[in-house]
Amino acid sequence: MMNQTANAQSTGLLVDEELDRGLWPKVVYVGRLLIRDKAGMLGLAMFLIVVVAAVFAKPIAPHDPLKQNLRVAKTPPAWTEKGNSDHLLGTDNFGRDLFSRIIYGSRVSLTVGFFGVLIAGSLGLIVGLVSGYLGGRVDNVIMGTVNMILALPYLVFVVFIAAILGRSLLNVILIFGFTDIPIFVRITRGEVLRMRESGFVESAHSIGAGKIRILFDHILPNLIGPLITIATFEMSAMIFYEAGLGFLGLSVPPSVPSWGNMLATGRKYLTIYPWIATFPGLAIVFTGLGMNLSGDWLRDVLDPRMRRVKR
Amino acid sequence: MSKVLEVRDLVTKFYTFDGVVHALNHVGFDLDQGETLAIVGESGSGKIVTMLSLLHLLPVPPARIEAGQAIYYDDAEPIDLLEQSKSEISRIRGGKIGFIFQDALSALNPVMTVGRQISESLIEHTAMGADEAKARTIELLEHVGIPGARQRYRNYPHQFSGGMRQRVMIAVAIACNPKIVIADEPTTALDVTVQAQIVDLTKQLQDEMNMAVIWITHDLGVVAGIADRVLVMYAGCPVEIAAVDDLYEHPRHPYTMGLLGALPRVDRTETERLVSIEGAPPDLMEAPCHCQFVWRCPYAFDRCWQEIPPQTEVDQRHFATCFYDIEQGRPRQDG
Amino acid sequence: MAESNNAPPTSNPDAPQAEPLVRVERLKKHFPIMRGLVFSRRVGAVKAVDNVSFNIRRGETLGVVGESGCGKSTTGRVILNLLPPTEGRVLLDGIELNTLNEEALRRLRPRMQMIFQDSYDSLNPRHSVGKIIAEPMVIHGTMSGAEMRDRVVELLELVGLNAHHISRFPHEFSGGQRQHINIARALALNPEFIVCDEPISALDVSIQAQVVNLFRDLQERLGLTYMFIAHDLSMVQHISHRVAVMYLGKVMELTRRDDLFHNPLHPYTQSLMSAVPIPEPKLERKRRRIMLEGEVPSPANPPGGCVFHTRCPIAEDICCDEVPEYREVLPGHFAACHLADDRSGSKIET
Repeated sequence: MMNQTANAQSTGLLVDEELDRGLWPKVVYVGRLLIRDKAGMLGLAMFLIVVVAAVFAKPIAPHDPLKQNLRVAKTPPAWTEKGNSDHLLGTDNFGRDLFSRIIYGSRVSLTVGFFGVLIAGSLGLIVGLVSGYLGGRVDNVIMGTVNMILALPYLVFVVFIAAILGRSLLNVILIFGFTDIPIFVRITRGEVLRMRESGFVESAHSIGAGKIRILFDHILPNLIGPLITIATFEMSAMIFYEAGLGFLGLSVPPSVPSWGNMLATGRKYLTIYPWIATFPGLAIVFTGLGMNLSGDWLRDVLDPRMRRVKR
Repeated sequence: MSKVLEVRDLVTKFYTFDGVVHALNHVGFDLDQGETLAIVGESGSGKIVTMLSLLHLLPVPPARIEAGQAIYYDDAEPIDLLEQSKSEISRIRGGKIGFIFQDALSALNPVMTVGRQISESLIEHTAMGADEAKARTIELLEHVGIPGARQRYRNYPHQFSGGMRQRVMIAVAIACNPKIVIADEPTTALDVTVQAQIVDLTKQLQDEMNMAVIWITHDLGVVAGIADRVLVMYAGCPVEIAAVDDLYEHPRHPYTMGLLGALPRVDRTETERLVSIEGAPPDLMEAPCHCQFVWRCPYAFDRCWQEIPPQTEVDQRHFATCFYDIEQGRPRQDG
Repeated sequence: MAESNNAPPTSNPDAPQAEPLVRVERLKKHFPIMRGLVFSRRVGAVKAVDNVSFNIRRGETLGVVGESGCGKSTTGRVILNLLPPTEGRVLLDGIELNTLNEEALRRLRPRMQMIFQDSYDSLNPRHSVGKIIAEPMVIHGTMSGAEMRDRVVELLELVGLNAHHISRFPHEFSGGQRQHINIARALALNPEFIVCDEPISALDVSIQAQVVNLFRDLQERLGLTYMFIAHDLSMVQHISHRVAVMYLGKVMELTRRDDLFHNPLHPYTQSLMSAVPIPEPKLERKRRRIMLEGEVPSPANPPGGCVFHTRCPIAEDICCDEVPEYREVLPGHFAACHLADDRSGSKIET
C-alpha cells in the first residue's frame, strides 16, 4: 500500500490538493492552531467573555448600575457572612451593585480600547508608511518628532491633556488615539524599511511596478499582520491607562460606570471595604491578560510563513 | 585498521504537534581509525541528525532516539554513545569527539575571545592548568594557519574573516586530540579558493594526528578529494556505502547514480543535459513501509513498493539498500 | 503553445554577430561609506563594480563567476538599472538605459528580466501564484482578463507546473518549484534578456539539475539571452557559452567556455580552476592545487595596481603599481593581466 497520496506526489506540492479549498479548511486550520496554543485559547476565551459582557450588559446585569440604594451600601460579596445573594460581588459606598457596574464598565474599556487603537492605528499607519517609504529628509523629520513625543513621560502627558480637556468618553478616546500614534508609526516604519529591502519588492521593481503599486499591493498587505498584533497589545494598554485616568478622576464623568472610576471610588475604602476596588482591578487585569494572550496567538495565525503544512 | 566507531540501526524520530517526523531509519556505518568517512545527502536526508543523535545534541522532547547503538572504541572499554548520561557525554564531546560546525559565527561564543574558548576546552577535558592551556592554544592557532597567533588569541570571533573563523573552529575541535572529528558542512559557506585551503588543512591535521574524520556535505566534488569511504543518505535512510573510488565508478543505487549524473564538471566540455532526478523527496511524516526512493526511481518494480529493502553487500565493503541489481540490469535474485 | 513569442529565432552565438543585445561600457558602481550621525560625510567607497565592460550576444549565455565581494550580483542589478550606475553605460538593443526617464525605463522592463537567488524572499507571501505570475501583465496592461489567465496557465506548463497551482501560495511549494514560479513570472512578457542571479545556489543538487535543464530548454525554444551569475564554476561552465571571471569589482578574464578551461590566461582564473573540486576521486586526489594566500580583500579597501596582486603567485613589481589594461589578448579572449600574452607569460607553474 502506498504510504503517500499519489496526488500530492505527482504535483509535487507540499500540500495535498484537496486541502485549502474553500472556507471550511481555513476554519479547521485556525482551530488546530488554537488547540496547539493553549495560552492563545485561554486568552481568546477571556477576551470573548469581556466582549459578551459588554454587548449583552443589559440582560446579564442583575441591577441598574447607576441605582443607588443606601440601605445596602457597603455590602460585602455574597459568599462572605454579611453578604447578600442579591449582590454577587457586593455593593459600593452608594449601594450600587458592583457586579452590574463591572459589566457595564467593560463597555467603557472596550470602547476606549477599540476606538483609541483605530485612530492611532490608522493615522500611525499612514505616517509610518510615508516615513518609511519616502525615507530621506521626510523620514528624519517625522522620526525626530516621533522620538521627541515618545521621550515625554506618557502618563504625565496624558494626565496633563486630560486635565485641560475635561472629562468625557470622547476626550478619553481622542487622547489615547493621538498619544499612541508614535508607537504605530515606529512599528509601521520598521516593517516598511524591512520590506523595502526584501526580495519581493525588488522583484516587483524589476517587472516594472511603480512606487504606488509596490506600496499598496505589496507592502500594505504584509503590514496588516504585524499591525493587528500590535493593536491588540495597545488596546490592552489603553484599558490600563483608562483605569489610571479614572483613578485620578480624569476619565469619564463619575456618573458613567468605568473600571477606572470604580477604582477611584474604592480607594478610600481599600482597608475597610476592599472589594469595592479589588473587583474592578481584577476585571482590568483579566481583560488585559486576555488581550495580550490573544495578541500573541493572533500574530502566529496571521503570519503566512508560520503556516505549518499538513498532509 | 582498527575500528573506532560502529553505528547500527539508528532510529530517530521527532514527535511534533503536526505528527511524527521519521528522521532516521536504521542508519548504520563503521568508522576506522584515521579514515575519512563522508556522509552525503541532500536536505532532509538526515545526515546531520545522525551526528546530533550520536552526541546527544538533539532537543529531547521532541526528538527521541528509539533504537540503535553507537559503539565507540575507546582505549579502555568500548562504550555505547547512546547509553551515556549527560555528564559522560559532555566529557566525550570536545574531548574525545570534536565537532566542527557549518557556521563558525554562530557556533563560537561571540562575547568570548577565541583564545579563551580554546583554553577552556583544554582545561575542561585535559589536566592542563591555565598557563599551559594558553601556550597550547597559541600553538594550536599557529598550527591551523592563523598568522600572528599570539595577538589573535585575544580577538573575538567577529574579528576574523570567514576562512580564518573556520580555522579557529578546527582549532577548537582538535584541541584535545580527539579520536574522531565530525565536520558539518565546514566549507559550504566559504569561497572555493578558501575551501581548498581548509580541505588541505584538514587532510594535513588528520595525517599528523591520526584522527578519523566524518565529513558531512552535499558537495560530491569535495568528497572525491577527501574521503576514503562514502555513506549516501536519502530521506533518513542509508542508501549506499562504499569506498570512494568504488562509489564513483560503480554506483549501485539509483539515487547515487542520479546524484552523480546531476553534477556538472568543470573539466567536461560536452553540453549534454544533466541527469535530473524528477520529483522531490518524500514527506518524513509518514512511517516508511517501502523504499523511500521509489517515486523517483527509474528502476522501481513491484517489490520496491511492498517492503523496505535491506542493506545488501554488493561488493567488498560496498553496501546498497536496493532490490534492483544495476550491474545485471534486473531485480536482485536472492532473498 | 500559442504564438505569443515575438523573440527572434535562435541564433548561433558563435557566429559573427552584428549588434550585441547587451553592451556594458566602463560600468562603475561605488557605494559611499558615510560617517557621522548628524552631518554625515563621505569617507570612502565600496567599489562594488569598478570599470566593467563586455557585450552579450543575442541567444548566448554569458556566465559570470567570482568569489565573495567580486561584484557579480551588483553588476547584474546595475545592468538592469535596479541600481543606478555611478558611471558608465548600459545599452539594450542599442537603447541606452541610463538616459531614460523612469517611465520609459519601466516600459522597457518587459524586455529585460531578473531571476533572484532567494526563491522564497522574491515571492510575496500573501499573493497567490496566479497573481504573482500575472502581475507583469497587469502592470503593462496589454491583455484582457481571459487572455491573462490563459497565459498564466501556459507559463505554468512551460516550467513544468500545472493549472492547479494557480491559487496556491509560495510557502506551499518546495525551493525548486518556487524557482520555477520565478522563471514563469520572468517569462510572462516575452523578455529577450534575463539576468539570473545565483538562481540555483540554494537548491539541492538534484533539483539544481532540473532548474538548469529548464533554463537551457527555454533558451532553445524562446531564443533567450542569459547572464548567468553564480559562484559555482562547474555549473557556470556547463550552462554558458562564454564566461567572465570577476574579482573585486573587475573582470579578470572573459572568453569562450572551453578556452577558459583549456587556456586560462589570468592567474586568478588558473587558481580558481585548480580549486574547483572535480567529482572523480582518482583525478581529484592527484590534482596539484594552486594555493592562494590569505583571503579576498574587502571591496571597501581594494589593493592598488592590479587588485589581485596581493594574492597572485606570480606578481611582479609592475602589478603593484599599475592597473592592468583589460584587453583582447587572443581573438575573443580578454584578460586584465600585465603578464598575459598570446604565449604563456601568465601561466603559473605547478
